[in-house]
Amino acid sequence: MRAPSSDAAAATQAEVSAEIATIAEQYADRGSAEDRVRLDYPPYRSSILRHPTKDLHQVDPEGIELWSPAFGHSDVDPLEADLTIQHAGEPVGERMVVTGRVVDGDGRPVRHQLVEVWQANAGGRYIHQRDQHPAAIDPSFTGVGRCLTDGDGTYRFTTIKPGPYPWKNHRNAWRPAHIHFSVFGTEFTQRLVTQMYFPGDPLFALDPIYQSIVDPAARERLVATYDHDVTQPEWCTGYRWDIVLTGSRRTPMEEDQ
Amino acid sequence: MTGLSSTPGQTVGPFFGYALPYDGDSALVPPGSAGAIRLSGRVLDGAGDPVPDALLELWQADGEGVVSRETGSLRRDGFTFTGWGRASTDNEGRYCFSTLTPGATVPGAAPYFALTVFARGLLDRLQTRAYLPGTQDDRLLASLPEDRRATLLARADRHGLVFDIRLQGEGETVFLDHRRD
Repeated sequence: MRAPSSDAAAATQAEVSAEIATIAEQYADRGSAEDRVRLDYPPYRSSILRHPTKDLHQVDPEGIELWSPAFGHSDVDPLEADLTIQHAGEPVGERMVVTGRVVDGDGRPVRHQLVEVWQANAGGRYIHQRDQHPAAIDPSFTGVGRCLTDGDGTYRFTTIKPGPYPWKNHRNAWRPAHIHFSVFGTEFTQRLVTQMYFPGDPLFALDPIYQSIVDPAARERLVATYDHDVTQPEWCTGYRWDIVLTGSRRTPMEEDQ
Repeated sequence: MTGLSSTPGQTVGPFFGYALPYDGDSALVPPGSAGAIRLSGRVLDGAGDPVPDALLELWQADGEGVVSRETGSLRRDGFTFTGWGRASTDNEGRYCFSTLTPGATVPGAAPYFALTVFARGLLDRLQTRAYLPGTQDDRLLASLPEDRRATLLARADRHGLVFDIRLQGEGETVFLDHRRD
């Protein structure tokens, strides 16, 4: 089942889907909940040589790990939260607001902390030079934003709904539309980089990165909710997505069996 | 155990390069300023090849062991030590910070650099500690077998300290899972 090399783009979608299905079945048979993304997930070929083979070493956080860096208005301008105003023209695509709260495992807000986002444009093209997908670059859209959460832990970005895009994991591989999120907590250990997805994406079942969270309920936590109360008349659609930072990779499967 | 289920991580992917790096990200102190050292190293994969699309974040106390509460890491003023920085790896997998040698946050504790690793192909961030050369008296280090302990010790070079990160295989760096009550 293990692919001979990474980045070969040799397999078909059917072969990768079969690998995904086998892992999902093994997980379901075990009948225990796995909360986190797997580091070792061969259907995502680039992970094959880049995941640790040894268990993460359990340690009590101490010293600097009990703190997080501080960011403030000297770091982030409020205008950076609007990805649609960074150029002279209006970007192409579906204007949308994405908002939500960053909280810890007890539901306490993560206040005045940095949230960074980056994404493809409406056609599924990143500004990044490595992206050679032959879709149009939108001169009115860079796809990078930052903000600070407010006193209630709420973040809010105005942007364009990103498009899905092809990649070279296997033949005819396509990523579901997503926005990359980089979030800081109140402790170093809560640092999170993840991806937010959109409800009902037909590419979910085919995508080894999304499926690398083998627990269905856990991966659904990365899917935003359409919220008509966030949608604004004559202006934009609205999505809501909350982020919970617990800072532990604890996988209940070993301990709770 | 906490009540809410955590949001899972996902890989930083290949395209963070125009989003997360910024001018001055890896210079916690200006290179060449009083007390400045270079903390550098390479990020390597399971075949021993360099990882040219990794991003490291450094979080540390200052020379006196003080944990900075200062803002301004994203727009450095050249004087304020915020304790945090970010460095991308180059085509040889090499990263480089200009920073201070950290002090002990608690008297008697072994000082270390806290590091977070992101990369394309790495599905979740990894966290580790880089201890100063020769560190012995430390709970985490004491809990590790000799060969693994060595992966958490920086070594000195002409300009400061070197700390390589091996994601997989021989000499695989010890990565941490921080317990919660």
